[in-house]
Amino acid sequence: MNTPIARLFAVVILLFALLVFFTSRWTIFQASSLNNNTLNVRTLLDELKIKRGQILAADGTVLAKSVPAPGNTWSRTYPTGRLFSQPVGFSIAAKGEAIGLEQSAGADLRGVQTGLSSIFGQLSPRPVGDDVYTTLDSKGQRAAVQALAGMHGSVVALDPSTGAVKVMYANPGYDNNNPPKSNSTTDTTFNRVTQGHYAPGSTFKIVTATAAIDSGMYTPNSVINGNSPITVSGVPLANDGGKSWGPQTLTTAMTYSINTIFAQVAEHVGRKTMTDYMKRFGFYSKPPLDYPSFQLAISQPYVTPSRAYPPASSDEDIGRIGIGEGGVLATPLQMAMVASAVADGGTLMAPHLVDRVVDQDGRTVRTTNPTVYSHVMKPSTAAEVTKMMEKVVEEGTGTAVQLGGISVAGKTGTAQIGPNGSNLTQPAFVAFAPADHPKIAIAVMIDESNGGFGGTVAAPIAKTVLQALLADGA
Amino acid sequence: MSARNRELLGLIPASLLVTAGFAGVFIQRSNALSNVSLTYGALFLGLCIAAHIFIRFTLPRADPYMFPLVAVLASFGLVMVYRIDPTLARQQAQWFVLGLVLFAATIILLRDYRKLERYRYIIVLISLGLLVLPRLPGIGYSANGAYLGVRIPGLFVFQPAEFAKIGLVIFLASYLRDTRQVLVQGGHRFLGITFPPLKQFGPVVVIWGLAMATLVVLSDTGSSIMFYGGLLAMLYVATNRLSFVVIGLIAAAVGFWYLGTHIPHIHARVETWLHPLNPRLYHAPLGSYQVANSIFAQAAGGLFGQGFGQAQLTLPGGGPLLPFPQTDMIYAVITDELGLFGAVAVLITYLLFVARGFKTALLARDSFSTLLAVGLSAMFALQVFVIVGGVTRVIPLTGVTLPFISYGGSSIVANLVLLALLLLVSDRARRPE
Repeated sequence: MNTPIARLFAVVILLFALLVFFTSRWTIFQASSLNNNTLNVRTLLDELKIKRGQILAADGTVLAKSVPAPGNTWSRTYPTGRLFSQPVGFSIAAKGEAIGLEQSAGADLRGVQTGLSSIFGQLSPRPVGDDVYTTLDSKGQRAAVQALAGMHGSVVALDPSTGAVKVMYANPGYDNNNPPKSNSTTDTTFNRVTQGHYAPGSTFKIVTATAAIDSGMYTPNSVINGNSPITVSGVPLANDGGKSWGPQTLTTAMTYSINTIFAQVAEHVGRKTMTDYMKRFGFYSKPPLDYPSFQLAISQPYVTPSRAYPPASSDEDIGRIGIGEGGVLATPLQMAMVASAVADGGTLMAPHLVDRVVDQDGRTVRTTNPTVYSHVMKPSTAAEVTKMMEKVVEEGTGTAVQLGGISVAGKTGTAQIGPNGSNLTQPAFVAFAPADHPKIAIAVMIDESNGGFGGTVAAPIAKTVLQALLADGA
Repeated sequence: MSARNRELLGLIPASLLVTAGFAGVFIQRSNALSNVSLTYGALFLGLCIAAHIFIRFTLPRADPYMFPLVAVLASFGLVMVYRIDPTLARQQAQWFVLGLVLFAATIILLRDYRKLERYRYIIVLISLGLLVLPRLPGIGYSANGAYLGVRIPGLFVFQPAEFAKIGLVIFLASYLRDTRQVLVQGGHRFLGITFPPLKQFGPVVVIWGLAMATLVVLSDTGSSIMFYGGLLAMLYVATNRLSFVVIGLIAAAVGFWYLGTHIPHIHARVETWLHPLNPRLYHAPLGSYQVANSIFAQAAGGLFGQGFGQAQLTLPGGGPLLPFPQTDMIYAVITDELGLFGAVAVLITYLLFVARGFKTALLARDSFSTLLAVGLSAMFALQVFVIVGGVTRVIPLTGVTLPFISYGGSSIVANLVLLALLLLVSDRARRPE
């Protein structure tokens, strides 16, 4: 009976080899797909046991922290609630939901949990993540809330020399301690600053002026006929109030926001060059912000709200695009980047929210180094566009933002929205200050106004926020 | 070195394992190394040494590796069960003590185990009776649609199939010893295949048909596979006829196909086995949640595991993340915490034990002893295969225990009796003529 016993043992070995093979299949070969399976809640449960780091404003105000929860786990609270909910976002580990910095800085907040796994378990018994210090300015943020005073709209401010985001506020927002299950007109996780598509209107003339001057086709003193109306793409285009300005310099056209002149300039500069400069400013791609990609919208001309023109399409009305109409849609963040590029001598710094990451022992793990996103224009062009924008505030449509001793460079915008004959506008204001050594670039965009102008509705808001930021030594 | 001294040395790894294991669990639990871990280790070592001394006096020539291998498995099981639920571990330790008492009783009462042959029909009737017990009203109870246990209220709960498997092996070993010659020589060749003679094969078929029918009634597919596989293994060794095994396997395949498609409870098991990650099955009651989380737990373990006490077994709001971690799913917990390495180490330990069992069968000098050792070893190996195969999705998951490791008094006690029988066969086989 010896041979059958030996064969039987061989069968047993084969059966056990099958067990080893299948165990390897789950532990090694298919482990990552199993770990990422949507039915598998283990990864989420592991998250709950990690004490995520805090998120703090630049002045140390705590924007997000972990508090103990039952079962050896942690949950998140947000002491500042609505005030910072758009940049901070929220994280509900048990549901695997996170947006804002809670999502984009998640790896830092969780920390690198490489605890030496051994028979005795992880050496660090209570995994703790790192703290994330943001670039956000508490005073500026509060000023934005006050200045908006309940109006629906967005305020975003950048440091032009670094790209640091100082203010990011949109109304309506939400309380990140209690995120809305579905968005409503009073509670929404939709972040207008990075996701909202506004008609930039005349604020876009900064882009057109930059393309005109930097391409060498125009100077600030070039004289163009400002009569109204003119025919653009076969449709009459009129100036505000139908005013015919006659021959005027590009500077004057900027100061008083003469549509017919900028439409001609844009048509003359041409689709290709205009598109090229728009791309340099950051249009046509998602902004390089350290923020969840799904919360960043692309600014560019759109056929319909959901369908974009291909770049430099012959179908687009480049004359109207040159005055911020013709389907061009931009996020407030994008318009702040436009101001920032001019303010920084033509160099666009990549915007960022995270200043540094600090571990629980106080050691700085990582500091965000300012990085150049693109060289938009020559410094000389930037200086000339700055002068034109200063004029806007000194004597043009943006006088409401004057700060006394500090010179401000800005541009108003008042896009007509709604059906013809309606009085509805989207007032906007884009600026930077001080004009001679800019510290803040700002964009204020208001969802809807009944006949209000960028200079009357948006500019005062920009003024309040600029004052708060500059007084804060920003 | 004498066999018994080798056995004594073999107990050292078991004691180290239990001490280190408890130390690991304690550190994880309270961040402090409690001297309780040493106490547990010392107590366990004391029990093992007592059993060793007992074997030294009663079975001096028995295989020296089997008991230490069982001690390693049992100590490891004790640590795993402790890590899952300390209360259960205390009960498990008590069952282990009771098991050792029955182990000793078996060795004393059955010093000449061959007298069992005389009682083979009584034994088989008792075994079949045991199998039916869980279906009896009042004392039987079911879990997951299968009738596995008997509960005497206020006294104890036990799983008769664990004991029935030993009785059935004893019967078959004895019956096949008598009839193996006839089975081989009286066979009819038909279409080039040797069919066994019906007269001698009849009782085997009848009794196994009864056993199978009982199991179908009980819906205990796991034990059914185990028993049937054990029967085929013994039949093959007794007759050396591969054709018998092939006929048996074809018959089994047809049977299981029929059951898998016609009995809802078994059909559901097959579905969850094939599609555990189907969201509909995952969320269905008695669906694939258990199987899916078994492989999720193994994936979490990876190559080296997360460490003792690190596996996530319950949901934060209460409720199981991995159902039945201390019984059916203990292999998944082992893989989760000790990784592929730990799991393979456990499998190798089982394989070594089975190897010693087969070695004993080879050394045995009479057919009954050989068949007894083969049957017990094969049944043991199949039990490991059925539960680990179910947990790792080699086969549909069915509820049998992982011998010596899973929580469960019947399993510990019955398998210690199984060990006693193997040691008895081994001692006789190694006795000088």
